[in-house]
Amino acid sequence: MLDSVSAILNALASGDASARQITERSLDAIAQTDPKINAVTHVAAEAALATADDVDRRRAAGQPLGALAGVPIAIKDLICTTDMPTTCASRMLRDFVPPYDATVIRKLRDADAVLIGKTNMDEFAMGASNETSAYGPTRNPWNHDRIPGGSSGGSAATVAAGQVPASLGSDTGGSIRQPASHCGITGLKPTYGRVSRYGLVAFASSLDQIGPMAWSAEDVALLLETIAGYEPRDSTSLDTPVPEYSKAIQSADLRGIKIGVLRDGLEQDGLDESVRKSVTEAMQVFIDLGAEIVDVQLPHSQYWVPTYYVIAPCEASSNLSRYDGAHYGHRSDADIDPADGPLLSMYRHSRQEGFGSEVKRRIMIGTYALSTGYYDAYYNKALKVRRLIRGDYDAAFQQADLLLGPTAPTSAFALGDKLDDPIQMYLCDLYTVGANLAGIPAISIPAGLDDSGLPIGVQLQAPALEESRLLFAAAAFQSQTQFHQLRPGKP
Amino acid sequence: MPQYETIIGLEVHVQLKTDSKLFCGCSTQFGAPPNSQVCPVCLGMPGALPVMNRQAITLAVKAGLALNCNIPPMTKWDRKQYFYPDLPKGYQISQYDLPICADGFLDIDDPASEGDTRRIGLIRAHLEEDAGKSQHDEASGRQDSRIDLNRCGTPLLEIVSQPDMRSSAEAKNYLTELKLLLTHLEVSDCEMQEGSLRVDANINLHLDVDGKKIATPIVEVKNMNSFRAVERALDYEAERQYAHWEETGQTIKDAPKTTRGWDDSREQTFAQREKEESADYRYFPDPDLLPVRLPRSFIDQVRDTIQETPAQARDRLQTQHGLSAYDADVIVNQGAAMLGYFETVADVSGDPKRASSWIQQDVLRTLKEQETSIEEFPIPAKRLGELLGRVRSGDLDNNRARDVFAYLIDNDSDVDSACTALGIEAVDSGEIESLCQKLLDDNPQVVQDVRGGKQQAVGRLIGQAKKVNPNANPQQVRETLLKLING
Ligand SMILES: [Zn+2]
Repeated sequence: MLDSVSAILNALASGDASARQITERSLDAIAQTDPKINAVTHVAAEAALATADDVDRRRAAGQPLGALAGVPIAIKDLICTTDMPTTCASRMLRDFVPPYDATVIRKLRDADAVLIGKTNMDEFAMGASNETSAYGPTRNPWNHDRIPGGSSGGSAATVAAGQVPASLGSDTGGSIRQPASHCGITGLKPTYGRVSRYGLVAFASSLDQIGPMAWSAEDVALLLETIAGYEPRDSTSLDTPVPEYSKAIQSADLRGIKIGVLRDGLEQDGLDESVRKSVTEAMQVFIDLGAEIVDVQLPHSQYWVPTYYVIAPCEASSNLSRYDGAHYGHRSDADIDPADGPLLSMYRHSRQEGFGSEVKRRIMIGTYALSTGYYDAYYNKALKVRRLIRGDYDAAFQQADLLLGPTAPTSAFALGDKLDDPIQMYLCDLYTVGANLAGIPAISIPAGLDDSGLPIGVQLQAPALEESRLLFAAAAFQSQTQFHQLRPGKP
Repeated sequence: MPQYETIIGLEVHVQLKTDSKLFCGCSTQFGAPPNSQVCPVCLGMPGALPVMNRQAITLAVKAGLALNCNIPPMTKWDRKQYFYPDLPKGYQISQYDLPICADGFLDIDDPASEGDTRRIGLIRAHLEEDAGKSQHDEASGRQDSRIDLNRCGTPLLEIVSQPDMRSSAEAKNYLTELKLLLTHLEVSDCEMQEGSLRVDANINLHLDVDGKKIATPIVEVKNMNSFRAVERALDYEAERQYAHWEETGQTIKDAPKTTRGWDDSREQTFAQREKEESADYRYFPDPDLLPVRLPRSFIDQVRDTIQETPAQARDRLQTQHGLSAYDADVIVNQGAAMLGYFETVADVSGDPKRASSWIQQDVLRTLKEQETSIEEFPIPAKRLGELLGRVRSGDLDNNRARDVFAYLIDNDSDVDSACTALGIEAVDSGEIESLCQKLLDDNPQVVQDVRGGKQQAVGRLIGQAKKVNPNANPQQVRETLLKLING
């Protein structure tokens, strides 16, 4: 199958395929499958083919090429690109074409990757099902009646549907790992600061992180190697060298590695039996690979979701103030309300019309939690709990090298199932938000199928900057299992 | 009529003299075409991120140290949220609960008692980014407004005083001394016309009514564009508040703080439209910027760059150069450039007092006439020093020196060439002696008078000597005449 990054790189290197052929194949796949799944919001066919031709020309001339030369990659539509719109799947930014490239885009261009287009997402990355997009929902390639997960659902579905071998997503509370789990692919949320956020349209600045999505740990490692690294234009960027992730994974020996399992997490209400089974089976695979399983506690895990749903909306309410109709975003033509006057009226109508209901809900929650009199009760308290959560992880990583558990409580649910129940929707992030609050890296890897043939992912977490360890363990798992090679049939 | 005391606190925004904006590399130069000095960061474009300007931190710490403030080991950035057309992000990056400088003071001249000082407490000084500028084009009957975002992200230091001032004259002295200090340290240019120094004043009255203290509601006066305006606005506002109290009896307990503007042409303050609800800025730490650690070593390094404050300079001019307190004041208050100019003139001439008086009279008068600054003054300090050195040694008299001074202002020439051009030559003592002998021979009466004890009689001959030879030094002529008469 020519659907993995490494296979494509091999085919290009050996001359079995040209970058133009690979790119055309990708564009054809989008044309065929996207009317059904709605994973892609913008296709940059011309620019992609031009890049591919350039790569072919330079390869023929024996000129040096970047690490991802000729590999089609799709980009979540909240990462700034100069030659494609960046809409955050919001009516607010429908026509926005940034005048600058995000750092990750610049790095991908430098690596001669073929940027094929932008992917659908929950509006401003707020959601767990990809249903809040102004472009309409994305559908899961494994079953079109199911959601792909969110908010990087388009980035997960575009890979799962065979449109591209890899994509970039962003993960604020699980937005890469959860859709990766639902779509049967591998998705990595790097350490906070490992990948520059410059050019990532902010949802919750202290939690957001860009990460790669592809079929295998090997492919994810190749992408991370390209996009990671220090960026002086991002104050939160970490100034430490980038390891050669793709080399770190070339071994399947986990002897001496301790994998911690959160028993309480496996007893949790709402955890689907099939997910529990996949985690248990994954534990056995790791034991067979030589790892030792130990029990660990994360005593404050019950506060992860409430803490997250205070901090993220607070930051979001502030980050989204710039979409006021005067500077950025949709401007309303509605008549002036005499009581408000022209300016306030314009602000109100523009935001009213431009934002969807989930975004409005979170802006309201955040505005409330930051307001005088509530700041200490909510935001300040959440910051304190966040510190405790980090402490839990520090303690757990004294006992274990990695933590293993579910990525999402269930496999992909049906479209519309939780749309009217925000609390149920928020609980989809139950297992993933801890890593964002602590700033540590985490990966979701395919680990089974449920009775209806939908993929199930398990999650590995590691201490800060230990992406190599995560990718190494994930690759070892994938050397012993076939789940990452399963492809959706005819849904 | 009850006695009252005026209570004044000032909030001064100064633009820091950095090469670039607070969180990006854009220029902060004044007067550029609208929206020509902007980038994704200062425009708050989606996805852009701020990065702290180290120079701004350094300048803020320098100002804080000179203002006797505490510099905490850690400071952080907060977001202040409000919607306004010239605020692109919908929030301003500022400092809320951990300002970079806290608890300082500034000593100022007491306007009520010459020679005494008043100590004005400072609550804090914090860094923040400036917003843009809106221009409302209502005059032409059009509805549109224009927004210039060049100022967005310009680094400001907001210096907040305690309500320690008791009169508009104190407020003016405070502002003058603050401006002098900040320009002296090259922390800010403090150009009010360019908006690099802006003042808001909080004012109310404490009345003594039948032995009971009553405070009037606090008013914040904004939009004053000169120190003179601040003075007049505060005087106006004190009277207005008193009249208002007489009329309504309203005290601080009855009315919240209000905001008023200053109309310079009509010389009165006016009520600004009240906000319907009191502002809730929803401050919270900016997650895009890490807290700033200020190690002791860094603060010490900055302290080492503070050569001297204006107050220290005044002391030094008195002790080291022997100037009077008044003279030291005049020179230091002209600013750092003038102080430097004076010191060179004093050193080169070897005569600080003469340097001081020439600068106060001749130099300042010329600057005023030519409407220029000491930086643009045509006579370099070294050259003026040389000229005054010749006066000191007696080679030139004051009148001839003034001729040379005038010549040097109009011509870029050294002192020697100026003297040559003006026909001023050194006259050797033999020549003076024969000239004097001839004058005495022609005026025996003078000789008699002097011998009779009337020394001042030689005065008549000095004038005549200058007529014969304009280069003759009057002092030298006098001495020679007396020597010849007395043998
Ligand atoms: Zn800028």
